[in-house]
Amino acid sequence: MTETKLLTENIHEPGLNTIAVYERRGGYRSARKALFDMSQDEVLEELKASGLRGRGGAGFAMGMKAGFIPKGTMDKYLCCNADESEPGTFKDRLLMQKNPHLLIEGIIIGAIAADANKAFIFIRGEYELQAKILAAAVIEALEKGYVGKGIFGSDTNLDLVVHRGQGAYICGEEMALLDGLEGKRGNPRLKPPFPASQGLYQGPTLINNVETLCNTPFIIEKGAEWFASMGIDKSTGTKMVSVSGNVQRPGNYEVELGIKARDIVFGLAGGPAEGRTVKCWFPGGSSAPVLLDEHLDLPYTFEAMKEAGSMLGSGAIIVVDDTLPIVPLALRLAEFYRHESCGKCVPCREGTNWTVKMLERMDEGEGTPMDLDILAGVQQNIIGNCLCVLGDSMAMPIGAMIKHFREEFVQHMEAARDKRNLTQEAYGAGELAAAAEAGPV
Amino acid sequence: MSERRVLRDRRRMPLGWDQPADLEKDAATVPDPAEVEVPDELRASIQAAMGRYPDPHSATLPALAAAQKVHGWCSPEAISQVAAVMRLTPADLSSVATFYDMLRTEPVGRRYVYVCTSVACHVKDAKSVYDAIAAEALEQDLQDCDVREFECLGACEMAPMASVDGRYVGPLDKSDAGELVSAVKESRQVLPGRGLEDSDYRLPWQDGGSAPDPPEPPSPPDPDAA
Repeated sequence: MTETKLLTENIHEPGLNTIAVYERRGGYRSARKALFDMSQDEVLEELKASGLRGRGGAGFAMGMKAGFIPKGTMDKYLCCNADESEPGTFKDRLLMQKNPHLLIEGIIIGAIAADANKAFIFIRGEYELQAKILAAAVIEALEKGYVGKGIFGSDTNLDLVVHRGQGAYICGEEMALLDGLEGKRGNPRLKPPFPASQGLYQGPTLINNVETLCNTPFIIEKGAEWFASMGIDKSTGTKMVSVSGNVQRPGNYEVELGIKARDIVFGLAGGPAEGRTVKCWFPGGSSAPVLLDEHLDLPYTFEAMKEAGSMLGSGAIIVVDDTLPIVPLALRLAEFYRHESCGKCVPCREGTNWTVKMLERMDEGEGTPMDLDILAGVQQNIIGNCLCVLGDSMAMPIGAMIKHFREEFVQHMEAARDKRNLTQEAYGAGELAAAAEAGPV
Repeated sequence: MSERRVLRDRRRMPLGWDQPADLEKDAATVPDPAEVEVPDELRASIQAAMGRYPDPHSATLPALAAAQKVHGWCSPEAISQVAAVMRLTPADLSSVATFYDMLRTEPVGRRYVYVCTSVACHVKDAKSVYDAIAAEALEQDLQDCDVREFECLGACEMAPMASVDGRYVGPLDKSDAGELVSAVKESRQVLPGRGLEDSDYRLPWQDGGSAPDPPEPPSPPDPDAA
């Protein structure tokens, strides 16, 4: 199996981030086509017919989402979600760094579909280089009159602002992103109302991921039918897959949806090093419940991953090989979500904290077999009980780890307890004194 | 409870979480612009940011980032300057500054070394790289620099990696720590040829090799690389 290159076709061409090279490659033709040769409804229909699904994680049909934006003369907004912070995901970084004009063209088309007149790119603060490249590209497009007042000489306006975040995973959640963009703490809001009716500044807002928007110029140029011919069933088009972890060639690969996961992990990324096997893998970033080696034979689609009890998410595969113990991995995962929980909803704020404490206890030899059931119960109490899915994103993979590796959890706890008993005999008194001094946690 | 855990928890608690509020003091209001002196450049950049958005309140993040650049951290002085220009209360801005990881609410240093130790880097034993860098920073007495573990930086293919003032370098090995820290200390470019922004940047396995563990030195420049 090989890659099917659509978004990444010319990605390594030097100077592609300048407007001159991008236009020589046929850039901004689709934006002109959507603006002059098609009506707003035709653009919307084309996007709907293509079956393009959101590439940020939820996989919602993009055309349908754009169709929810009400008609009228009020200000409408388009937000590009470039706050790519999901552990394992780095596809948007590549697109923005190498081909920023593709994103700008996608934003123009998305704005035409939603009839938006103001667009924002919310890029995460850590991406300093990419933000610089993007800002330079926006200035180029502004000078050419492709964004701003009267784009391409028409009477349509589209302001485009690059907004840099300052380091918060939660701002990748669409409602928290809006709060971040409004200059507040990034706390998710209650839904409904959905952003399509009341989003940024309480106006209708369309929020899409970088990769989703980057697909739209191709759909407009070559037609929905051609796009839908790639992939299978309801998973149409190509997908950028970020493969990382214990593989020999980690990196971004663009594949047609429906390719076997094994072909990605072993065929493209080279699989784990000699003599090692796949212990588990995250099919869609760290928020996706882990799957086992046997699931590698499933087709890599939104549906198949869901059926296997996981999700395709942002398309980031993290491979874990058999040399890595599962408990520290679960602990590190839980620590991430504890750190990034915004603290608005109790089940997530407390649940992530408790999960970390319990896993630390297990890792340090203070766990009991009962802890595993309590831990699994805590996860069940988080899922579905918060305003956003950050808590679920920890609860689901931790739950899956306990389900698949229960034996190892028990063994790890016992081994840690034995080790601890040994050290306590040697240092016992000293450590107890230190704990008393430190006070309750 | 181990000492390791106590230390870890202490470090992650925001400053002042266990300090009582001073009830004698009145709540700070929007500062009087006549009383707060704001550097011209900072004022201009905050006002430019405010002009970019339909609602000027949206400019808090760029404004705080700009103030942090001037002051080194979001100090009370920096907050009051931003508050004076944006006509907001300091509490409003503090609430934002304490939320975002890249806004520093303690004077930990103007420069930063963020070492990613999140899930994908954890798999590649990034913790040992962080420990080596942190130890080296102590050893070489690195001043005015915030060396910390950071959550996923979005460069998992170069794991383990670090961001030095926004320059992504990787894949790293424990043995790179000394060179990395001394380059930061002497304000040299960190690990030339191994930064994502370098024109000759190649991952070791892009030229037919495989991901080494520990990583190999960078490959020679490739004219085809973008």
